[in-house]
Amino acid sequence: MVHACQSGHPGGSLGCTEFFVALYFEIMKHDKAFNMDGKGEDLFFLSNGHISPVWYSTLARAGYFDVAELATFRKLNTRLQGHPATHEHLPGVRVASGSLGQGLSVSIGAAQTKKLNNDDRLVFTLMGDGEQQEGQVWEAAMYAAHNKIDNIVATIDFNGQQIDGPVDKVLSLYDLKAKWKAFGWEVIESNGNDLEEVIKTLKHAISLTRKGKPVMNLMKTEMGYGVDFMVGTHKWHGIAPNDEQLADALSQLEETVGDY
Amino acid sequence: MTKYTFTDKKDTRSGFGDGLLELGRKNSSVVGLCADLTGSLKMGDFQKEFPNRFFQMGIAEANMMGVAAGMTIGGMIPFTGTFANFSTGRVYDQIRQSIAYSGKNVKICASHAGLTLGEDGATHQILEDVGMMKMLPGMTVIVPCDYNQTKTATIALGDHVGPAYLRFGRPGWPVFTAPDRPFEIGKADKMIAGKDVTIFANGHMVWQAIEAEAILAEKGISVELINLHTIKPLDEDAIIKSVSKTGCAVTCEEHQMNGGLGDSVAQTLTRFHPAPIEMVAVNDSFGESGKPMDLLKKYGLSPENIVSAVEKVIGRK
Repeated sequence: MVHACQSGHPGGSLGCTEFFVALYFEIMKHDKAFNMDGKGEDLFFLSNGHISPVWYSTLARAGYFDVAELATFRKLNTRLQGHPATHEHLPGVRVASGSLGQGLSVSIGAAQTKKLNNDDRLVFTLMGDGEQQEGQVWEAAMYAAHNKIDNIVATIDFNGQQIDGPVDKVLSLYDLKAKWKAFGWEVIESNGNDLEEVIKTLKHAISLTRKGKPVMNLMKTEMGYGVDFMVGTHKWHGIAPNDEQLADALSQLEETVGDY
Repeated sequence: MTKYTFTDKKDTRSGFGDGLLELGRKNSSVVGLCADLTGSLKMGDFQKEFPNRFFQMGIAEANMMGVAAGMTIGGMIPFTGTFANFSTGRVYDQIRQSIAYSGKNVKICASHAGLTLGEDGATHQILEDVGMMKMLPGMTVIVPCDYNQTKTATIALGDHVGPAYLRFGRPGWPVFTAPDRPFEIGKADKMIAGKDVTIFANGHMVWQAIEAEAILAEKGISVELINLHTIKPLDEDAIIKSVSKTGCAVTCEEHQMNGGLGDSVAQTLTRFHPAPIEMVAVNDSFGESGKPMDLLKKYGLSPENIVSAVEKVIGRK
């Protein structure tokens, strides 16, 4: 997708593939006959909207829309906008994201409405680690704990990279686990690039819901996981591979889906 | 000739608070969110009667806008409450992405707008909010004129689908419209019929225009006064129809000239019915501390300023 339009964000997308597969194929109760209100369903909100390629790929393969539509990514008149949007009515997307720091607040609102509606399903959300530099994240963190929003499982893609370099060099998060704990959240740590472990972690996270605290999953990943020349570097945050790099990358992935 | 008087002064923010309470009784999907200004926004009665549908957000407006957007998913109708400054400028990106672009049914209710906030000064006297909000695609923007109209507009928003911005103020202000006066979002309200000039006003400036009309009537000038409470969607037909008759227009608003009501009326007239126009508005300036009426006078928003603008625009016909 990113290669076809020569723009987009491959690094973070590859690092979170296992998370998306686990969420949509093992964890969430969700309906591909998309309904914005999602009553009786688990909901997912992507806050770091720039990793839209992996989300769109997952949604297509989960049956929300035709896989062939992935080829329209970032092209004129597409429903697959560069960053996720509801404006073109792409099934599976419930709010626009891209400007960072906003998704957790939206997820908390959706979780509160679930409580008001006596809907016992959960809300899942994913943020980036660089995104933790946005102040709104901490407003939301404070609010969720204070109000015992315990029907939410938030995950941070903890890959240590952001556009301008390693997070620790750009603006250090220091002890992120201690920070979320101090804000009143139940915090777990996990490895995000092992599918079995991600599934296990998310099931564990779900077991911690409904106990008076919001749940945070600090998920260590490697940006660009699965493609050797993309792994662990911020350089592949937001650039597209050329023809040669694409062939190289696809040859490294054991189960490349041949339908793209 | 229609004459407007008042026996009572009430703040428009109380119109919002009372409207929200009444709406809450009618519609169980209505929820209130407030960023540590429950008393100032007059949301206390709603909070008391519907504690489970009221959400204290703390001094965290960005989160409030995001939570409101999220609450719509599943059918709630959130009404957010804080000062106009913190309802717009502080959270513009949150409104733009999570509410407007996402098409969420959030009602952004903003008090203490404009110079008439008074003594708190320019940090809080936002005069750019209408411009910011009207530029957002799909955003409805309403500036009601008195307590009764603010209450009616608040209740009307319960049936309106889509993002909306409702702007009101702090000071006690003449209550001159009847509680049952018809109000329709997007429909201009002709308050006085006349033939020499059309005055388009909204918010507190409608009363200023009523006072100006009395002075002008004594001078033999017949004023048509239109309350353009909805800036977006704009009732272009009403503007064109009236100015086709009167031949000139004066706009009055408690807002910057750039981006406000005058700007919208001027766009309409320029495109569809070119005619002389004068604008009574704050002209590229911040406000300052002071009493509301003194501030309106100092910044050129008094009835006398409207009279001068009318005389000038008629001279340009």
